[in-house]
Amino acid sequence: MGPTDRNLPSHARVVVIGCGIVGNSVAYHLGRLGWRDIVLLDKGPLPNPGGSTGHASNFIYLVDHSKEMTALTIESVKQYKEMGVFIESGGVEVARTKERMQELTRRMASAMSWGIEPVALVSPSETKRLVPYLDESIILGGFYTPGVGVVDSLRAGTLMRERGQSAGALAVAAKTEVLGIDVEHGRVRRVRTTEGDIEADTVVITCGVWSPRVARMAGTQIPLTPAVHQMIDVGPVPRFAGAKSDIEFPIVRDMDTNMYERQAGGDLEIGSYAHRPILYDPDDIPSLAQAALSPTEFPFTQPDFELQMQHALELMPEIVGDEKVGVKYAINGILSLTPDGMPVLGESPDVKGLWAAAAVWVKEGPGTGKAIAEWMVHGESEIDLHSSDIARFHEHQKTRAHVRARAAEGFNKTYGIVHPGEQWASNREVRLSPFNVRERELGATFFEAAGWERPQWYESNAPLLEEFGDRVTRRTAEWESRWWSPIINAEHLAMRERAGLFDLSAFTIFDITGPSALQSVQCVALRQMDVPVGRVVYTPVLSPTGGFKSDLTIMRLGDEHFRVVTGGASGMSDRKWFQDHLPPDGTAQLTDLTSSTTTIGLWGPRARDILATLTMDDVSNDGFKFGTCRTIEAGTLRVLASRISYVGDLGWELYIPMDQGLKLWDLLWEMGKQHGLTPCGIGVYGTTGRLEKCYRAHGNELETEYNVVEAGMTAPRVKDEDFVGKEAHLRHRQEEPAAIMCTLTVDDHTSSTGEKRYMLGREPILTHEGKRIVDRHGRGSYVTSAGAGPSIGKHILMAYLPPEHARAGAALSVQYMGERYPVTVAVAGPTPVFDPENLRIRS
Amino acid sequence: MRVLVCVKRVPFTGGKMVLAPDSMALETRHLGFTISPHEECGVEEAVRMIEAKSGESVVLTLGPAEAAEQLRDAMALGVDRAIHLETDGSEWDPEATAAAIIDAIRADEAASGPFDLILFGNESADSGGFQVGLRVAGALGRPCVTGLKKVTIEGASVRCEQESEGGRDVYAVPMPAVLTVKEGLNLPRYPSVPGRMRAARKPVATMTPTQAQARLELASLVVPAGQGRRAEVLGSGPSAAPAVVEMLRKIGVV
Repeated sequence: MGPTDRNLPSHARVVVIGCGIVGNSVAYHLGRLGWRDIVLLDKGPLPNPGGSTGHASNFIYLVDHSKEMTALTIESVKQYKEMGVFIESGGVEVARTKERMQELTRRMASAMSWGIEPVALVSPSETKRLVPYLDESIILGGFYTPGVGVVDSLRAGTLMRERGQSAGALAVAAKTEVLGIDVEHGRVRRVRTTEGDIEADTVVITCGVWSPRVARMAGTQIPLTPAVHQMIDVGPVPRFAGAKSDIEFPIVRDMDTNMYERQAGGDLEIGSYAHRPILYDPDDIPSLAQAALSPTEFPFTQPDFELQMQHALELMPEIVGDEKVGVKYAINGILSLTPDGMPVLGESPDVKGLWAAAAVWVKEGPGTGKAIAEWMVHGESEIDLHSSDIARFHEHQKTRAHVRARAAEGFNKTYGIVHPGEQWASNREVRLSPFNVRERELGATFFEAAGWERPQWYESNAPLLEEFGDRVTRRTAEWESRWWSPIINAEHLAMRERAGLFDLSAFTIFDITGPSALQSVQCVALRQMDVPVGRVVYTPVLSPTGGFKSDLTIMRLGDEHFRVVTGGASGMSDRKWFQDHLPPDGTAQLTDLTSSTTTIGLWGPRARDILATLTMDDVSNDGFKFGTCRTIEAGTLRVLASRISYVGDLGWELYIPMDQGLKLWDLLWEMGKQHGLTPCGIGVYGTTGRLEKCYRAHGNELETEYNVVEAGMTAPRVKDEDFVGKEAHLRHRQEEPAAIMCTLTVDDHTSSTGEKRYMLGREPILTHEGKRIVDRHGRGSYVTSAGAGPSIGKHILMAYLPPEHARAGAALSVQYMGERYPVTVAVAGPTPVFDPENLRIRS
Repeated sequence: MRVLVCVKRVPFTGGKMVLAPDSMALETRHLGFTISPHEECGVEEAVRMIEAKSGESVVLTLGPAEAAEQLRDAMALGVDRAIHLETDGSEWDPEATAAAIIDAIRADEAASGPFDLILFGNESADSGGFQVGLRVAGALGRPCVTGLKKVTIEGASVRCEQESEGGRDVYAVPMPAVLTVKEGLNLPRYPSVPGRMRAARKPVATMTPTQAQARLELASLVVPAGQGRRAEVLGSGPSAAPAVVEMLRKIGVV
């Protein structure tokens, strides 16, 4: 059998469409995990079918601020090395500005958090020693990662195909174009190609920039846009004459100019993310036959590269300024951009059996292939992929306009200094709560969540700063003051002393109803769901291996009626998870109420007094117990009140039809005035209030990589009923946890310059002596959440620590902006640092 | 000495050619633009002549505003300045093209003195009329030699080697003269980055000539049969061997 097998089988276990680095990896790993009858197709020829893999610059930097991306990259490097296609060259990210030098200290911190060693900050002269053709006089320093390297991604793809073929798992068909994907009853059934049809109930779209077009054949979307990345190749470079390999000098990323320069044999490759965003539609990509080079190598647009030439000349005058070194090749290479910068992975929420692995770059290709294959075979990947899940997108986020707006905005952030709180500027005000008009009047600063505009804090609360005086910590450092206001802490104190009013419209809300409703929620919830009507249950949702798929609350509103409430960010993937676990016989239904129901949070010691002025119903502690929910009347409004709290104070979540939301807000406002009701932003809800109570958040503390015991959320007993992850959970309960969720406080914020600094999250937690802390599963300790605790007067950090460090009083340190600060473990396990007996929420 | 080189912006067609729906033009949506390989050699030759003899090289084009890109490309290689005869992008026939170029040359020569040599590509890469150089030479009353593979300046004349069947015809021509050159004349250089940056600052004189009444009319375009075939890389390195063997078997070689 040759490298291609033109005789397409008529049936397949799975059809993988696209032979770029991702498709090859997915097909190979599916075979490695035991699947057979895998068919891998591409409309182009092999080994280079003409997609983005074929013109990629193929270098791999290891450190990213995203844990998920770093994990995928590290796994990919491991595979490239094993295949013998990785050349380690090292890489230096150089800084031209002071802001960038600070950013490089953040890179150092991320490297330590994710366990990438060795890394070092290097001086200009050390950089010059590493890269002798660089002008060190224009840089302030660099971040050096010796493990950076270059891969042969086409060769890797060939090797993976060959391995799959020789294992008898894989048939490969090049020059076979997909013409259609047939979907029947919501499930993929067959792939129609130029070489015939293939019956298959599982299909993976790994078509890179073509993915949206292929997804459309199945009636669904893959939200990405083709975009230009400009690259030129100059040579021959005298210094590289006689180069023995593709690369012998470290790759340079000139971060402040959004450019890179790397040796490519005898030449130098110069790439840029600095030009204006140049976006295309998938339909703009020429056919293989029509393309002058390959379909994803567009004609170079010189005017977009003028400034970049100057920047390259400044940094590497010896090479770039050499009159004898010519521009031999210049392209507008096409790559994939998504609205949030993360890949698009997983099963389509619209079509069962249709999987996507798109917007994946060469640096994370094989790791992604492995993760997707695990997900398909085992129902879960080793690396938590929640930030990349295709199901994460809300409807508006899949529109062409949104994808293009955010991709354009995100493009120039490729090498940018992106603050963790940084907000998108484009395509805002898509989802507005009924209270938006009031919030504007109150001078709200809006942050976006799932398209909703949510107040983060209110300028109208500025006078509280005076009231609370020194109890509100001010921040002087520009970085920590960005996307933040001391008003958040003042609102927090006002809530703790009186009451706070919260806009919680960004909740994703869906009802599960029908004869099998109980069974449906029971099988995904860790906690017992067979509770009396009128109970509200906070429950983890576990992955098959007992990690955290999500955490959310479920109200039982009737014998056959449950209401699930979850966060906006994870709302859509949670909805898919519940949808997937409904019985196939249609005896339970899921109805999304997100856009028809809004939520107001009312919490604080005066919350009951305020609610009591609105309603004749009994809202006393005995009449309306914690953990219960029921409909009350507030004037002419019928409000579903749920007595729980994410901020650790007495109060309710109040659910009301969207059209009556404003009326409820106004009533609360009017009646709350005399009780000191203060509008509070999500700064309090998501950070200060939550952290003082040590409540865990999905995506921060709660990931599939940690289990319930480690998170300190073990219940006294496990329900008898089956649920996803039960077996693993029972096992975890028998084991000594490898790490324990701890709450730490910062002992001293003073930096070497005397300025107080405040960690924002994701920094490495180190021993007192500054050594990395790693648990027995190899997971490093890092700050999962960070924020002020105004009521306790401390800055709070949460982190998983191995048992030897997880004890109250343990003295450790945290690395932040290149310095170490002393921290102390305040609590190991779930006990909150504020109101440890939880008297307030039960008062 | 002074050398003028004339170029034409044409689509860069590496793949299958597709016509616009009315069959009156190429579909250029996916295409980049370039000049013909003949003209690339003309530009290189002009640059080398001035490097050797000093003086001034000038590049001229007749074409749409976007053709400025091709002028910058030529200046990036060392040409000193450019003349852009800007059109609305429609195709001009050889007679009209030549007329506009003749006017421009006369004007430039009036201001800066005669061009010792005026170089054209032997024919344009798209319409291939083979006429403009000859028409310009005829109108200016200068000698013209076509299809040159080698050009050597010898004092006040130029030695021209023209490709002919089975060998080369050699002409010695007094300057000023008009030459049309062919690919293979020289090996054009790549632009350096400093060259590109200098090109951005070099002067381009733009004028909008009046189009002479066309006497040639384009009826329609037809894509010749068999075009669009392209080489396929079966692989690289030892791993490509099975594919090569299979292909050799398939076509009956082994």
